[in-house]
Amino acid sequence: MSFFLTPLGDSALILRVGDSLGEVLAVVHKLEAARIPGVLEIAPAFASVAIFLKSPEHLADCEAAISTALGKGRRAAAKSHVARVHEIPVCYDPAFALDLEEVAKHCGLSPNEVITRHAAGHYHVRCIGFTPGFPYLSGLPEVLTTARRASPRTAVPAGSVAIAGRQAGIYPLQSPGGWNIIGRTPLRFFDVTRKPAALCAPGDRLRFVPITRQEFEAWKT
Amino acid sequence: MENVTVLRAPSLTTVQDLGRADQRRQGVSVGGALDLFAARVANLLVGNAEEAALLEITFGGLRLRFNDSRSVAWCGGTFQARIAEAKFPAGCRGIVRRGEELEFDPVEAGGRAWIAIAGGIDVPSVLGSRSTDLRSGFGGFEGRALRDGDVIPLGKTAQADADMRLANWSAPVEWAQSGLRSAVLRIVEGSEWDEFVPEAQTAFLKEPFTVTAKADRMGARLEGAQLRRTNQWELASEAVAPGAVQVAHDGQPIVLLGDCQTIGGYPKIAHVISVDLPRAAQLRPNDTVRFQKLTFAEAGTLFAERERDLQRFRVGLSLRPG
Repeated sequence: MSFFLTPLGDSALILRVGDSLGEVLAVVHKLEAARIPGVLEIAPAFASVAIFLKSPEHLADCEAAISTALGKGRRAAAKSHVARVHEIPVCYDPAFALDLEEVAKHCGLSPNEVITRHAAGHYHVRCIGFTPGFPYLSGLPEVLTTARRASPRTAVPAGSVAIAGRQAGIYPLQSPGGWNIIGRTPLRFFDVTRKPAALCAPGDRLRFVPITRQEFEAWKT
Repeated sequence: MENVTVLRAPSLTTVQDLGRADQRRQGVSVGGALDLFAARVANLLVGNAEEAALLEITFGGLRLRFNDSRSVAWCGGTFQARIAEAKFPAGCRGIVRRGEELEFDPVEAGGRAWIAIAGGIDVPSVLGSRSTDLRSGFGGFEGRALRDGDVIPLGKTAQADADMRLANWSAPVEWAQSGLRSAVLRIVEGSEWDEFVPEAQTAFLKEPFTVTAKADRMGARLEGAQLRRTNQWELASEAVAPGAVQVAHDGQPIVLLGDCQTIGGYPKIAHVISVDLPRAAQLRPNDTVRFQKLTFAEAGTLFAERERDLQRFRVGLSLRPG
């Protein structure tokens, strides 16, 4: 396996691997299985895995231990990720789909075709970030590729289902954001009273299921 | 009454502790006191556990009225503080009696201070921490900054006990007062250090940078020499952490602080070492910053030395009679 290990400050390391989800997850499993002393948290991103340490005193030892762990332990890597599949209800009502018209125009499709294509995609959670619980999804059908909005919104409503470039995502909390909003889900993607608080994790699979406005309102209550 | 009343909180005042360091996988910021060391020292001075929740103030002006008697201590920038009109310097323990006020004048140097109250701030722990996550609106006191009139719950404290057993020791000045008009931040190389042109590397270490008005708990944007890269490749977003010095598309650096996002896509020229994060936490608009490069081994040694000093302080506090 080829990898590049670089410090992120004096108490963390970034391990850059290939940009396939499988590779990233395999590295996470390997590092978790190695139970390296001094490691506080292992967090995957798109083409890298961050290893946060308890203190700068662990940096040199962990650097060595990580290289060792990746050099061997093929068996640990063979344990495949058990992908959870989430069915995400999405209401594409114009009241929620703030940018659906724009996206449709840009893609040369009708709004209904955008909805059909979006809901037909098979998505994978690549990474959680930006805000707590925000899933960056791969798998957006190529025809829906749309650049970010020229000017970001200061407040995107919680639950907004969005696309930008080749990516899709869901805003779990109200936050600023520049992605194109094409629907809303009644599900809470981040809830501090739940364990884990984030609804999904890297490697999970997602499918979007269209629901009506009535179903959306009923879901909320 | 185990609480304290906020009479005035004219600038950002939040409940913080040592943060949520193990929730980054879920996209949750580390948060916590921007100067974790000051928070630990202030807590030790009043007999609290180092991870007890305390108040972080910005720029001063805070007035609190105590509804029972409590030991208090604070560390941070250069503020004038008073307990019932009597001067209350940084880094030592004071006692506020029931009905008395603790107040902070506007800051003179630096920008933030941490105020520990015996018993700690008793707000619910959310995702393993009592820190306020302002951006996401959870943790701390109702997930928000404190406002005039708020009544903040305090933990129980055996006051007589605390009064008797704790030494009237003060913390070393450099621990208690971290605010400087002109700061040197020691850094280690960032993961993209080598991608910056040699002139940019030299300028970064030689030239002063000025803190712009865009400075908050997420980070401080600086202004100075243009930091150019040898290429303009877009990076895949990857982990960032407090202390990372990112360079935005305009060639200007941003020093990330505790509330920064968990991932980012800007190249990282440098990373402030752990023991200098307290100085970074004091940056305010128009301050001047210089960077000095250390090796990773030097950064580790400085951290180990400071922890050793803190351990001595901890032992000293618990041994001396009051």
